[in-house]
Amino acid sequence: MSSRDVILGRVRRALADVPPDETPYERALPRTYLREHGERSVAQTVELLAENLADYRAVVHRCATVPELSALIAGLLAGRGARSVLVPPGLDEAWLAGTGADVTRVADRAESTAAELDRVDSVVTGCAVAIAETGTLVLDGSPDQGRRRITLIPDHHICVVRVPDQVVGSVPQAVERLAPRRPLTWISGPSATSDIELDRVEGVHGPRTLEVVLLGGV
Amino acid sequence: MPAFPKAAHDAVRDTTLRGNLRHATHTIRAKRAHAVAEVSDWAELREAGKRIKDHTLRHLDRYLVQVEEAVTAAGGVVHWAADADEANRIVAELVRATGESEVVKVKSMATQEIGLNEALEAEGIHAYETDLAELIVQLGRDRPSHILVPAIHRNRGEIRDIFAREMGEWGRPAPEGLTDSPAELAEAARLHLREKFLRAKVGISGANFVVAETGTLVVVESEGNGRMCLTLPETLISVVGIEKIVPTWQDLEVFLQTLPRSSTAERMNPYTSMWTGTTNSESDSDSDSDSADGPKNFHLVLLDNGRTDTLADEVGWQALRCIRCSACLNVCPVYERAGGHAYGSVYPGPIGAILSPQLRGTESEIDASLPYASSLCGACYEVCPVAIDIPEVLVHLRERVAQGGTVTREGAKVVLKPAKGHAAERAAMRAARWAFSRPGVLRAGQRLASRTRRLHPRTLPGPGRAWSGSRDLPPVPAEPFRDWWQRTNGGKTDGGKGGAE
Ligand code: SF4
Repeated sequence: MSSRDVILGRVRRALADVPPDETPYERALPRTYLREHGERSVAQTVELLAENLADYRAVVHRCATVPELSALIAGLLAGRGARSVLVPPGLDEAWLAGTGADVTRVADRAESTAAELDRVDSVVTGCAVAIAETGTLVLDGSPDQGRRRITLIPDHHICVVRVPDQVVGSVPQAVERLAPRRPLTWISGPSATSDIELDRVEGVHGPRTLEVVLLGGV
Repeated sequence: MPAFPKAAHDAVRDTTLRGNLRHATHTIRAKRAHAVAEVSDWAELREAGKRIKDHTLRHLDRYLVQVEEAVTAAGGVVHWAADADEANRIVAELVRATGESEVVKVKSMATQEIGLNEALEAEGIHAYETDLAELIVQLGRDRPSHILVPAIHRNRGEIRDIFAREMGEWGRPAPEGLTDSPAELAEAARLHLREKFLRAKVGISGANFVVAETGTLVVVESEGNGRMCLTLPETLISVVGIEKIVPTWQDLEVFLQTLPRSSTAERMNPYTSMWTGTTNSESDSDSDSDSADGPKNFHLVLLDNGRTDTLADEVGWQALRCIRCSACLNVCPVYERAGGHAYGSVYPGPIGAILSPQLRGTESEIDASLPYASSLCGACYEVCPVAIDIPEVLVHLRERVAQGGTVTREGAKVVLKPAKGHAAERAAMRAARWAFSRPGVLRAGQRLASRTRRLHPRTLPGPGRAWSGSRDLPPVPAEPFRDWWQRTNGGKTDGGKGGAE
């Protein structure tokens, strides 16, 4: 007998005494919890996102227009002395229009090795959804976000959130919007550890600096 | 392995350990209460979490098959392991097939439970732990003592010494003149491990959840070492207990709220990774295409190792709801004093006291004594985000140890003889003596067991029954648990005047 049969057999024997219950799952599980905590206007939701991002030590910036954004990104890269930046294939070119030729643009290519990516200073991406109540950015591998590893290896990540369109209030609202089969990364602040006497230290393996730009008129 | 009372007895005399544990558990406990208070529907989320898990467990055969289908359809390969040896064998063979002799690992209780690192080592495969705390434990040739912060028993000075002494032997040495500042220690770990991440071809992980309808696996973490192990290697092997399944994608909205708040007391942990098979873009199953993202080969090893036996127990099965948040450790007066190592298993604290004796059986002295490693105060039940009635299971297991009865071992019903008066009695008596020599522990136990829960009417069961017959049990106090807890600052002041830190 295969272990598959052994395990399934054990499960069925263990459950033999359980009375059969064919209630469909949706009815077996009343979801009485809230879809969102509290009531907020759109502007308040964006404000809460900004607060919670900052609370977990992401650096938050705001821009009303794309030209402003491209100037901001150029400034952020220059401020860190970044000489190279990873660019996902579908990133709006206008976002990097302000960045000079002295910053090398590195494409997100399947052939790149991890060691090559390790030499890149920064990465700029969009996002799929941002969650206000938890200060979370979710990336889903869309063309403006790229492969998971490009937002992991460089030490500096600039993530642009279109507000208010990409902002949801709560975790349930985010789950509802996301496509489960895509590769998803939920990011809440920069990498951190509390393993040494519970002192929080930012940045163990992921980017140590996470900058979030809220793009839009809200 | 010494029985719990003996190990605990030694641990309570270790003042460094006690100091570290006290600081840690009290800090997390206070933060957790704050994080939980932020969500007004905590009770409803807890109830939903409990029901989701119960429903899954009661239809586990169906959901296991569904997971297998979904993961396979997404390009993964599913393996079934009835016990630890089989799981280790499967993983070792998968690694050998890649031709590699090194793997990087994300912290995972399941792989610790089966002793995977040791099994791989015996096959000439070296497994690098990449979680900072696990690295501290591994370099220190030590054992983890807490589910969430496994190196909680080490302070910064000890960590510095371990890094300075050992890192060079395993790879990139610690920087010259390393001090004990946490930031410097974390930086040393970053540099030491990055070298390994960048060249690793095989990653090994567990998973916090597996979604049956989509075949999606979820890993919740803080440091980013999980992301490294899950996305950079060519081959990813995930060893996952069969109780980790949730039926639907939507169910994650419950646990992604309750787990971070219960464990690290955060609104959300820094990183959560979700992947489905060999995750490419949504509709793309061709891993050579330009959109390929992450490992080309994905293996899911579904692990039983005593879980189906636990499922067969009419009271104890609820332990399988556990999402390993570690909240119950942080509120446990016994854990705080005894430390994680005293439990003699990878699962310490209240959850360990009910899970280990079920996964492993109660034949050994340590496993027979674990159900007594508690004052039945009920604090663990109160904080548990999936409402596991740990005291109820403890009492049930005590009965089983003392009186014997029918249990399921490796799928077959066997009748346990009542422990011939000796082993169990001894375990119980030693546990009792240990508690009685520590008024705080006992007092907590008496007060709390009495008032708040339906456990109340039961006398001390099993060996305790004989024992309580010959002794006066202290009277039931009038003060409810919550009041007591607040007044005494969680038992810290032993029931004296209230006081805050
Ligand atoms: S038993 Fe409950 S509180 Fe303890 S680790 Fe498991 S889920 Fe958390």
